[in-house]
Amino acid sequence: MIVRISGEGQFKLPDEDAKRLNELDNEAVAAAESGDEGRFQELWSQMLELVANDGNALDGDDLVESDVILPPRDISFAEAQGEFTGDGLIPD
Amino acid sequence: MAGLGGRMSTVIKSKISRMLDRAEDPGETLDYGYQKQVEMLQNVKKGIADVVTAKKRLQMQSNKLEQSVVKLDTQARQALSQGREDLARMALERKTLAQTELQSLDTQINELEGQQEKLTENEQKLRTKIEAFRTKKEVIKAQYSAAEAQVKISEAASGVGEEMADLGLAMQRAEDKTETMRARAAAVEELEAAGTFDDITQLGSGQDDIERQLQELTSGAQVDDELAKMKAELGPGGGDSPALEQGKENA
Repeated sequence: MIVRISGEGQFKLPDEDAKRLNELDNEAVAAAESGDEGRFQELWSQMLELVANDGNALDGDDLVESDVILPPRDISFAEAQGEFTGDGLIPD
Repeated sequence: MAGLGGRMSTVIKSKISRMLDRAEDPGETLDYGYQKQVEMLQNVKKGIADVVTAKKRLQMQSNKLEQSVVKLDTQARQALSQGREDLARMALERKTLAQTELQSLDTQINELEGQQEKLTENEQKLRTKIEAFRTKKEVIKAQYSAAEAQVKISEAASGVGEEMADLGLAMQRAEDKTETMRARAAAVEELEAAGTFDDITQLGSGQDDIERQLQELTSGAQVDDELAKMKAELGPGGGDSPALEQGKENA
């Protein structure tokens, strides 16, 4: 799967990471909705880490669409509360 | 796909498919799409230039404030050595205010610097993508077959479109930050215009409006501390001796 970190670029992740990313995404939605900023930041770091560790950065010549677009790394909690809602970034 | 990213790419996709539906010749659509991309890149460059301008403006203000800080400090020392504690206090109050402004300006200059770097990096990435699109469209046009071209164009354009939307988002965030900083810069300019950081010797006697505001704004404790430090540096009795006696007493 192709994941974009907004403002940084695209990464190719093994498909089995999709499940893990989705779980983190759903938990992040729960944390954002309940206003638990500490928990959200923790999950958000884990999501970014997963992409950074397992993903291979795509070079500039690739013209592909992302399956998932993550918000910018420095997203504020207030902004995140607008993004991480409902099904989250990855629909179930 | 839910969330911002999802919405974004959906908008792009629908725009592209509308464009393709209308097109009689996908080859033309490709050229048109490429032209649009190049135009958008120009806008991005303009946006970066705006960030740079905002940064320069803040840097100029920061330099001016730095000069004010030095000047007001010197004036406070002079006033104190001439036994004018009231004037020294006023100068130090202004210095404190100028220092506070200076700190927050410097933080914001650094933030803008970061934004600028990030945008420039993104702009280069986008340039590469657009170049790749240009090459790809020539290949598609050469092997032209309407049905196949539609699919390929759609794929390639989505890729570039997403990149652009992403850069657009980064620009938007930078703009929001720049806006905050513009307001900040305007506030400092207002203080400057009101003479807040000006030479204290240029002021008439008596309490002016700014002075009263200053006393409310600045913390008395910091000024007291500095005043005490300055007195100690100037030597015993420095604070209450008349100016002309100064040399003798310290000798």
